[in-house]
Amino acid sequence: MKTIRIILRNIRDAFKGVFRNFSLSFASISCITITLIVVAISMVLSENVDNFTLLVEKDVTIVAFIDNEADQDKIEEIKDKISMIDNVEKYEFKSKQVITEEMRDSSEVFDSIMKNWTDDENPIQNTYQVKVVDINKIKNVADEIKKIDGITVVKYGEGMVEQLISTFEFIHKICIGAVVALILVTAFLISNTIKITIGSRQREIGIMRLIGASNLNIRIPFIIEGLVLGLLGSIVPIIITIYGYTELYNRFGGHLFSNLIKLIKPVPFVYKTSLLLLVVGVLVGMFGSWRAVRKHLKI
Amino acid sequence: MDLIKLNNVKKTYRTGVTAIQGLNLTIAKGDFVFIIGSTGCGKSTLIKMLYREEKPTAGQIIVGGIDVGKLRNGKVYKIRRKIGVVFQDYKLLPKSTVYENVAFALEIFGLPKDEIYSKVIKVLELVGLKNKIKNYPAQLSGGEQQRVAIARAIVNGPKLLICDEPTGNLDPKTSMEIMKVLEEINKLGTTIIMVTHDINIVKQMNKRVIVLDTGRVLKDYQKGTYAHENN
Ligand SMILES: Nc1ncnc2c1ncn2[C@@H]1O[C@H](COP(=O)(O)OP(=O)(O)O)[C@@H](O)[C@H]1O
Ligand SMILES: [Mg+2]
Repeated sequence: MKTIRIILRNIRDAFKGVFRNFSLSFASISCITITLIVVAISMVLSENVDNFTLLVEKDVTIVAFIDNEADQDKIEEIKDKISMIDNVEKYEFKSKQVITEEMRDSSEVFDSIMKNWTDDENPIQNTYQVKVVDINKIKNVADEIKKIDGITVVKYGEGMVEQLISTFEFIHKICIGAVVALILVTAFLISNTIKITIGSRQREIGIMRLIGASNLNIRIPFIIEGLVLGLLGSIVPIIITIYGYTELYNRFGGHLFSNLIKLIKPVPFVYKTSLLLLVVGVLVGMFGSWRAVRKHLKI
Repeated sequence: MDLIKLNNVKKTYRTGVTAIQGLNLTIAKGDFVFIIGSTGCGKSTLIKMLYREEKPTAGQIIVGGIDVGKLRNGKVYKIRRKIGVVFQDYKLLPKSTVYENVAFALEIFGLPKDEIYSKVIKVLELVGLKNKIKNYPAQLSGGEQQRVAIARAIVNGPKLLICDEPTGNLDPKTSMEIMKVLEEINKLGTTIIMVTHDINIVKQMNKRVIVLDTGRVLKDYQKGTYAHENN
């Protein structure tokens, strides 16, 4: 009861204090706001890139072409060998007849050329379509398959896929780096702002000490003030996230660059992100002031 | 019973200045004691050691059963809660009202609002400021500000009230009003130690008077004897 009363009083006083020293508080709040906006953008980018990577990964297939000389036994043997390769998720035999059908269905030009081919004349090869577990090791799998006797050619959109993925991973890493750097800068700035606040409140702290406030009694108000700064600083970024992302999603119909990038659905994504922004803002505020109080009060 | 007991206390500041030396002193519960002496003789140093603003270099200081000299920094609040302190410059919060300035001393301990209210009103009544609770310090006279500071110092019900030249900035008439308030508080059972330069006050009040000189007790006048011996 006592503790709750003390905390409630401190929250009230923190709001009062924030508005009393508004120019100072405004600097801290702006800092948190800017940081959180960048955090939000990074979150949106990296989550979507992650999502995209997943989609790409799902679609990447290794196509192993089988020598047309191979008989049924040989095809079975190849299957056994593929099944033994590490990192293979699943594989599927697609016969040249099926492929021919698909091609004839897809275009009239193909149809007119291919409809007169007999099985012997048909140059299209039987294939195994292989999917891998870890896209980063797709090249190893392709190399392994190539070594199998009876396989003529292996294709998997080489280079393109790998490049795409490493690019996205790079973007992802930059985002995380930027967020971490910004959070550190903000904590530092807040800690400086609160130091100034503490400086201007030395008198109050002196009196508190005099009348028997413990170190915790003295520290709590400032830490709660940091919390309030974080709370106020996260309002604008949260609004931007919720309305901005939803607007972006709706404007582009859920896709970016035609169908290449499928955006994450706004709900519940924006709420999760907002919650994270709130938590980051509050923690950064509290950490900043805790650091300032510890250094400044020598307690 | 003794509230305060000093045993062979010495205080040497880091600068090398020895402000107090070989000091022995006892002060009884409920007493009213003046500490006088020329500027720089160690009066403030002595009382600062009582509320553990300074630590003695040697010797022992017991206040209300607590060995103040041995108190660690993190535990200083324990002795502060038993002692009220009043200074020459009042030390009020300029942006808070009279009521808030006094209530501040209770709020940090998490007392309920109505309990705070009744305690604050009671002490403000005692110091004669009940009609100014909504004023800010700048809207008060020096004497009134000092009465707010006294109210804040006693609102916790401390056993000991320490005053370092509380009338130093006040004219003689206002000073006597402050002394009446302090006497009232003393009658209610609070021990009072007051440092002062004002010999007229000391003579009029007829209390115990301790004279310091270069960090030692030069003379200790029992209650009622000072005016008689210093005509
Ligand atoms: N914080 C301090 N550091 C160093 N010397 C001090 C400090 N405070 C007081 N002194 C010295 O100690 C002596 C006693 O000072 P003080 O107790 O303030 O005297 P009084 O209150 O009787 O005028 C003086 O010589 C003063 O300069
Ligand atoms: Mg002094």
